[in-house]
Amino acid sequence: MAEQGWDEFEIGAMLRSFNGEAKDVALTLQEDRDYSSNNSFTASVADWRIKKPVFNKDYCIDCQFCWVYCPDISIISRDKKMIGIDMDHCKGCGICVEVCPTNPKSLLMYSEQTDEEQALAAWPSKDEGEK
Amino acid sequence: MGEVKKIKNLKEFSTSADRFEGANLLCPGCAHSIIVREVLNATNDDLILASSTGCLEVCTAVYPYTSWDASWIHIGFENGSTAVAGAEAMYQALKKKGRLKQPDRSTKFVAFGGDGASYDIGFQWISGCMERGHDMMYIVLDNEVYANTGGQRSSATPIGASATTSPAGRKSYGEKKNKKDMVAIMAAHNIPYSAQVAPNKWKDMVKKIQHGLNVEGPVFINAMSPCTTEWKFDPKDTMMISDLATDSLVFPLYEIIDGHELNITYRPKHKVPVEEYLAAQGRFKHLFKAEYKHMIKEWQDRVDATWESLQRREEARV
Repeated sequence: MAEQGWDEFEIGAMLRSFNGEAKDVALTLQEDRDYSSNNSFTASVADWRIKKPVFNKDYCIDCQFCWVYCPDISIISRDKKMIGIDMDHCKGCGICVEVCPTNPKSLLMYSEQTDEEQALAAWPSKDEGEK
Repeated sequence: MGEVKKIKNLKEFSTSADRFEGANLLCPGCAHSIIVREVLNATNDDLILASSTGCLEVCTAVYPYTSWDASWIHIGFENGSTAVAGAEAMYQALKKKGRLKQPDRSTKFVAFGGDGASYDIGFQWISGCMERGHDMMYIVLDNEVYANTGGQRSSATPIGASATTSPAGRKSYGEKKNKKDMVAIMAAHNIPYSAQVAPNKWKDMVKKIQHGLNVEGPVFINAMSPCTTEWKFDPKDTMMISDLATDSLVFPLYEIIDGHELNITYRPKHKVPVEEYLAAQGRFKHLFKAEYKHMIKEWQDRVDATWESLQRREEARV
């Protein structure tokens, strides 16, 4: 499918998001869905990133600001807890870091090559600055 | 009519199962998908969606991929609204004849369009849908420019903004005409609900969307969508720009019920000068040159006058 040339496109195409019958999609979490190969969920935009967000759950207060303001559905929240970042779909815009209210922030941007464990070990401490 | 989804706080909201998928090709930091997510997560009802041509459409339906987990259609630039209106008309006809396959399910009809597709190209079609009274919702993702084709001015582009067809330079401060008041035009169709929303005020947005979906008849929503590419700011600052827009009252949040009853739904605690909103964006950079500085005062005066008139309309209830 993905290898089709530009002149082999189907005109007026109908794409199915799921394999087989999909019932109550609004009540089914992403991990329980049967995505078809036409769903962009199965694709990745990870190569768009120059910087990546790193999540430090020690400081997270589960306010969910990052979840609601993430444009790429890349903040994974389950049972009202933020549990991680979907690195296949994150484009590295940095909105999650900007809206994070904790001090120090529980999300910070690092360059794509940074080792996550090193970043977590060297996490900045509380900023006693002007506030 | 379906049950209204209970969303008391952000934690409860975050248990929603998204029906809009990642790996769409919208720019990093684009507010379009933030708005779409807030809208789709506001309800658990079945959704019939359409998009007019625009950023949202080209980026979420790149063959062979789709980013939508609900029925979604795209036809042309002007007819996102009528595509959904047609589906709604068929739905009502089948319902009347008792031929719906799943009559017990609650179905909502929503169309998305950019400001170009709504303020300019699809204007007549939307007006028709509102006038005919389809039970649908039309949402404008208002980024004040034709962002998809390279930043041409639309009739939503505000005065002083530099767009590719109204560039700022030695002779011009950019766009000469001010934005048209689309919410007022749509409210003048005497539709049951029209409102202005912004992505940073998610609770206000969810409340308005839920009200709009459950009201019978056409609903018009104008959603501010800061565009990192054409407004020229850093992708991470999308929410900061939204905050500035709502707190400086450049983009006041209000609703109009039945075409006359106006309610202001957000009053900023600390009003921010419009200058700060303008300074944060590259498209207004030239207004800070000595020869165009008078425009900043013009902006502030106009925003104040609009706010004053909104407050008066709210008081008058007419």
